[in-house]
Amino acid sequence: MSRYLPKPEESVVPDGAVRKRSIIAFSIFIALLVCGGLLFAKLYNEPQSADNVQPTLRQGLKANERLFSLFYSKHREAKTFTKQDAATKVRVNGDVGMDGTLDTAWRLKVARNPGDTLVLTMDDLKKLPKTEVIFDFKCVEGWSQVTWWGGVRFSDFLKAYNLVPQTGLKYVGMITPDKAYYVGNDMPSMLQPQTLLAYEMNGQPLPQNQGYPLRLIIPVKYGIKHLKRIGVMYFSNDKPKDYWAEQGYDYYAGL
Amino acid sequence: MKKITKKHRLAIRWFHWVNFPVLTVMIWSGLLIYWANDIYRLGWGDTTLLKFFPKSVYDALHVPFHLSTGMAFHFFFMWFFFINGILYVLYTIFSGEWRYLLPDRHSFKESLQVVLHDLHLRKTAPPQVKYNAAQRVAYSAIIVMGAGSIITGIAIYKPIQFNWLCALCGGYEFARIIHFALTIGYVLFFIIHIVQVILAGWNNFQAMVTGFEVEKISAIAEPVVMEEPEPIAPIETTEP
Repeated sequence: MSRYLPKPEESVVPDGAVRKRSIIAFSIFIALLVCGGLLFAKLYNEPQSADNVQPTLRQGLKANERLFSLFYSKHREAKTFTKQDAATKVRVNGDVGMDGTLDTAWRLKVARNPGDTLVLTMDDLKKLPKTEVIFDFKCVEGWSQVTWWGGVRFSDFLKAYNLVPQTGLKYVGMITPDKAYYVGNDMPSMLQPQTLLAYEMNGQPLPQNQGYPLRLIIPVKYGIKHLKRIGVMYFSNDKPKDYWAEQGYDYYAGL
Repeated sequence: MKKITKKHRLAIRWFHWVNFPVLTVMIWSGLLIYWANDIYRLGWGDTTLLKFFPKSVYDALHVPFHLSTGMAFHFFFMWFFFINGILYVLYTIFSGEWRYLLPDRHSFKESLQVVLHDLHLRKTAPPQVKYNAAQRVAYSAIIVMGAGSIITGIAIYKPIQFNWLCALCGGYEFARIIHFALTIGYVLFFIIHIVQVILAGWNNFQAMVTGFEVEKISAIAEPVVMEEPEPIAPIETTEP
């Protein structure tokens, strides 16, 4: 060894003293191990609330949300790609709320205020400026895929329909026409410039299984938040109901 | 009478024994997450030597269909792993313990000699103080690995808010590969560590609990000459 190191401290003690010190050390060690094991068992076996996760872990997810919301900036955008990078076979990963096919009778209902609902057709939306985003779509399962979407930027939509005052509220809720799938997204994420009300994929109208006629694309969130087939949209200070949060997933699900 | 030699300080023992169960929970919950997109394997083309993971492993550990549980635990216990790791590193820096742990310019050559000695291919082991050269390399590498897990973990967890970190890790998918490979690394480390602890014997193991190693000396021992350490390099580095 090239470097000088102090020699460890040595002492000579009677056998009994060594035994006593060892027993004390091991007793504390085992006691701590047992405490740790019991704490973990208590956490693991904690009765799950209606949202299918141990309440302590839900508190943990919420604490993470509060912390990482501090770092959130709507100016930080998902990396974008070229059209050539976009997948032609786009993965389909969820069909809740997608029973049957939708026809031209579809309308987007926007609950502006209690008792004041805006009813829009696809043509109304297509009149607004179109924005495209090609980004790496990320699923909570761990896979990701570069996909290409087109539609109305959500913030443009709000401006066009005098919904800017609603941005003072904390959340935007969305529900499928059959009410089977529903999500809530925080307003800062909804106002991120890559968030779209998308009606196109790969330059074509959305396929039925990708949420025809209109779906949410919100690149700063996992796929579980990109609701397909939007029926109703509303604004709220309370957390809107969220399908996957009720199944035990993180409500925030922000990337 | 017995001679006891102080080996592991209380703080080091604390960090070690906190890390062990916490890392276990992180690996278990990570496995629950990984299952949902278990695409990694060892092999080439159509040939797969080892799929991560075989069904038998999943079934034995009750892995399937617990993604949300895995995420909830992973993003809860990550804080304990992170804080314990940071405290350990700070402690080793400020206590001077790093001198025993960091490899020096001889350690890489000597660690090979240690391995050869352990495999009974070499008669003598190189001289050592608290840890031998192979231990220095391993115990330092594991800290680098821990830092790697945290960095790639943040890159996967918040790839847009920490997009620079994600880019630094070679992108989202590569960060996930590194994160996974490091975990396999921990498991391999653990296996070697356990074998070495068993081979080293009880006295070595109990020192990780009690802090001292015990040596038998005859009852009427001649007074132990406490060698005065040459005061060349002070161990305390906290003072400016």
